[in-house]
Amino acid sequence: MEVHLSPGWIQTPGRSDPPVSARSSWDDRKDANSALLSNYEVFQLLTDLKEQRKESGKNKHSSGQQNLNTITYETLKYISKTPCRHQSPEIVREFLTALKSHKLTKAEKLQLLNHRPVTAVEIQLMVEESEERLTEEQIEALLHTVTSILPAEPEAEQKKNTNSNVAMDEEDPA
Amino acid sequence: MFVLVEMVDTVRIPPWQFERKLNDSIAEELNKKLANKVVYNVGLCICLFDITKLEDAYVFPGDGASHTKVHFRCVVFHPFLDEILIGKIKGCSPEGVHGNISLGFFDDILIPPESLQQPAKFDEAEQVWVWEYETEEGAHDLYMDTGEEIRFRVVDESFVDTSPTGPSSADATTSSEELPKKEAPYTLVGSISEPGLGLLSWWTSN
Repeated sequence: MEVHLSPGWIQTPGRSDPPVSARSSWDDRKDANSALLSNYEVFQLLTDLKEQRKESGKNKHSSGQQNLNTITYETLKYISKTPCRHQSPEIVREFLTALKSHKLTKAEKLQLLNHRPVTAVEIQLMVEESEERLTEEQIEALLHTVTSILPAEPEAEQKKNTNSNVAMDEEDPA
Repeated sequence: MFVLVEMVDTVRIPPWQFERKLNDSIAEELNKKLANKVVYNVGLCICLFDITKLEDAYVFPGDGASHTKVHFRCVVFHPFLDEILIGKIKGCSPEGVHGNISLGFFDDILIPPESLQQPAKFDEAEQVWVWEYETEEGAHDLYMDTGEEIRFRVVDESFVDTSPTGPSSADATTSSEELPKKEAPYTLVGSISEPGLGLLSWWTSN
């Protein structure tokens, strides 16, 4: 399914040196945070690409295009099952503005945007050292920001309403 | 999960495509070359994002096609270290929950037995891994069945150079077998040994 291209053909600027160990190339990657794409952006891109190719119909089925068809179909299928499907540029902007006060790294904000966590456990997974950096109220506030700004799947909305009732009961004794 | 990678490449446009706009031909050629392919130490290329610069196109003697050096950006699947991903279990084996996780477009993700929620054991009868979860009531066996959605953390990645080796290798004659063992050019190693990781059904409140 995935085919490797020999390294001589494509030079990636800055990466044409002798093979670097996987770990250090990853550290470079982490610094290149400006190149991170959210799932929503990829979703938009692939949907637009699909529209364009549908309009210019004829050469979609030529053997050369098969790989592109496969990868766009599979990736679109994967992303469509995530909460990113219902996002829009305004929502993303609003979300990032709301997160400014929480002092999270770019990677953490990206994960929150892509996954839309609804429990404190998920927040702890995505935010490093969350026990030390965030108090319980801050985690609650963060959860609230995420669930109120980012749209959920329509059926998850109903589950969320019943869950929040349960959560309220649990908070009372505390 | 996805990153934008800047790359440079020379694209060859054959003469019968000269009537098309250059940008379109180049975009199509690049997509044909890159989509669904793994670039060593970069990741799995999804598609072309945009073309940032087109240098002059040259026609070389003996070849009627034009060659253009193109600077472009490509959408690449390359999760960063410690990123959380959600995938589907494809199968289990004694080596780990493997072949395992699939993201639809990317399949080579392995969770080795040490990184499963401990304690875990491999159930031979059903060929699945099981998490033996202890609670006050006693041990629950939580099965990791095929087709279940699983949340995991990426802990390692490895790129393998699968370019073909030249004919000068000594045992060229003995390789009469059709396919040398197929190695995946890009594999991820995951872990689910933290609270919150594992099958989604284990952690959704009920």
